[in-house]
Amino acid sequence: MKIDSDKNKSDRAAHRLKKKAEIKLAEPASRRGFLKKLTAGVAAAGVAATQSGCSTTGMDKFFQDHYKEMTAEEKEKVFARISEDTKKKYNVDINLKDPPPVPGARFAFAISLSVCNGNRACVHACVEENNQSRDPAVQYIKVIELDRGTFNLEEGDAYYEGEVPKKDKFYLPMQCNQCDNPPCTKVCPVEATWKEDDGIVVIDYDWCIGCRYCMAACPYDARRFNFKEPELQRSEINTNQSYLSNRVRPQGVVEKCHFCLHRTRLGAMPACMEACPTGARKFGNIADPNSDVAQIVQNKRVFVLKEELGTIPNIYYYFD
Amino acid sequence: MHLKHFIHSAFTAATSGGRKYHLWMGGLTAIIFIGIYAYSVQLQDGLAVTGMNDHVSWGLYISNFTFLVGLAAAAVMIVMPSYVLKDIDFSKAVLIGEGVAVSALIMCLCFVVVDLGGPHRAWHLIPMIGYFNFPDSLLAWDVLVLNGYLALNLAIPFYILYSHYCGRTPDKRHYLPFVYLSVFWAVAIHMVTAFLLAGLPARPFWNSSLLGPRFLASAFAAGPAFMILTLGFIRNHTEYHIQDETFSKLAMIATAAAQINLLMLGSELFKEFYFPTHHSLSAQYLFFGLHGHNALVPWIWTAIFLNVTATIILTLNPLRRKTHLLFPACLLLFIAIWMEKGIGLVIPGFIPSPLGEIVEYIPSWIELCVTFGIWAMGLFIFTILIRIALPIELGKSRSPLIAKKEGQPQPVAQA
Repeated sequence: MKIDSDKNKSDRAAHRLKKKAEIKLAEPASRRGFLKKLTAGVAAAGVAATQSGCSTTGMDKFFQDHYKEMTAEEKEKVFARISEDTKKKYNVDINLKDPPPVPGARFAFAISLSVCNGNRACVHACVEENNQSRDPAVQYIKVIELDRGTFNLEEGDAYYEGEVPKKDKFYLPMQCNQCDNPPCTKVCPVEATWKEDDGIVVIDYDWCIGCRYCMAACPYDARRFNFKEPELQRSEINTNQSYLSNRVRPQGVVEKCHFCLHRTRLGAMPACMEACPTGARKFGNIADPNSDVAQIVQNKRVFVLKEELGTIPNIYYYFD
Repeated sequence: MHLKHFIHSAFTAATSGGRKYHLWMGGLTAIIFIGIYAYSVQLQDGLAVTGMNDHVSWGLYISNFTFLVGLAAAAVMIVMPSYVLKDIDFSKAVLIGEGVAVSALIMCLCFVVVDLGGPHRAWHLIPMIGYFNFPDSLLAWDVLVLNGYLALNLAIPFYILYSHYCGRTPDKRHYLPFVYLSVFWAVAIHMVTAFLLAGLPARPFWNSSLLGPRFLASAFAAGPAFMILTLGFIRNHTEYHIQDETFSKLAMIATAAAQINLLMLGSELFKEFYFPTHHSLSAQYLFFGLHGHNALVPWIWTAIFLNVTATIILTLNPLRRKTHLLFPACLLLFIAIWMEKGIGLVIPGFIPSPLGEIVEYIPSWIELCVTFGIWAMGLFIFTILIRIALPIELGKSRSPLIAKKEGQPQPVAQA
């Protein structure tokens, strides 16, 4: 009997992993040949204007192409301009990278709700790592305090205060689930947000028009909007930045958790996980069967949030 | 050559008028400037100056947008019978219906643009030039159908008016295919806008198959109601004669649509409250308040009260036939549907949030000023369009080239 249920369990877990492996990411939108020419034309005009002595930074910024459409050269120029702008504004030298997705990797989180004690170290580490606006305070992670005996998120409290953990409560940290079937990228009218090959849903902050349709579409309340120009002190700036993740955002664009891709794509762990004193968080490549996350999904009774919506999230929760 | 004179006549018609006319246009201009100032503040300081936040991320702007798409779509109620079914009663009203559509569409586009966090990047939305997420994003669909509908509703009346101006009879082969197209298109703009909301499983309040049909029903109530008010005003204040038959037919359309709309409201209320689940929390918030938060409760019950009152007046034949009751009923119906389908539909979709947080929304002064500014601009455009169309349709405004050719003033031509 025991063997049977174990087998069943591992079958189901195997099924989950298989499903993950089978998901083919949507092909990137087709390139538009004549448009490339058009952009090249605009760029050429820009170069001509530069040579004639006009300042074209504003124009370049205005006509900046979609991240996926930019050539390596164009990207370099854009990154240089962003670094320059940050230097002007905050007087810090940043190291702006653009790490590509790790081939074959599928990043995922596994979070133990038995261990999480609601101390919110992850929330603060995330803010510091990702150059979020301090005023108004933008946070990617929300920790929900729930009564034991219920799993109704709507009855939870994200604004609890006082010493934790409280008796008869448990804590559930939430952030972007990097869904495999993300409703947010589907609704974006300009494809300013998309899913990368390693499973991370990213945003081109220079392409987002700020319509906030993605915020209405997200069932996990993961997306935040810069209602104001983000406010940060010079000393608060994390100089280790990347284009698609934690560079300082402009006013009027949407942002969210990106699994710290400027760290994780280079082999480091996300800031929230590093900061967690309880060890509730495990992060890794779920496509690698020996990774912590794959092991947990295989051997623990894991679940995802709002599975019924078919979003296929990449944050697994479990009780030990 | 006619075109130069046409533009000149149009400009003259739009800029000359009595004292009341100048007061009206001056007042609208003042409101437009207040709106522009408020928008400049919003551009500078960001959407933080509005009442919106991460929880209620769409507010007054998108509320007005959804309502006005309906108003624009409702022009088809006038277009279809008069062009396609050759219903003579509506022919005089049809240009005015298209004027309503054009003004409403321009307002729609403005409301979308002022809602953007980065309006300078709006060019990313232009197909072929930007990066258009079609057919996945319903907002991309909306960009196409709204602009297409605008083009149709500008082109058809322009062709007809211009032909009349030049003393020609408009050729049906030239415009009728586009009229048929615009009929389908009108339904499309409304369904697409409804699908924009209904396609979000994250928001159970909108995620209903009834949303599209209900959008249409309410639009076909509010649209003709607005037309009745406008035509009533035109009949009383100009020489343009509109038959009683036109009013009674429009009133019939508004009545039927208002009845269907109420039926659907009942159906929705039943589904939400017979066996309430967590998906009914938004409806509970809207109609009865949730955990002590009840900002929209008086709003929605006022809307329902107005709606029911107007529908009763319209439904009872002897009452509907009395002009002094018909006009107030239409006004009530128009306001009720604006309340219900704008704020009453968009805001509760966000309350509670997907994580159950309840954050209420109150529009800020900046938002209100921008909104009034856009409405004033819509009325301004509508007034100008009517000012240009009426003299041509009355036969008063004709190209001087015709008179020269024939050596005598052109007799009044019929539409």
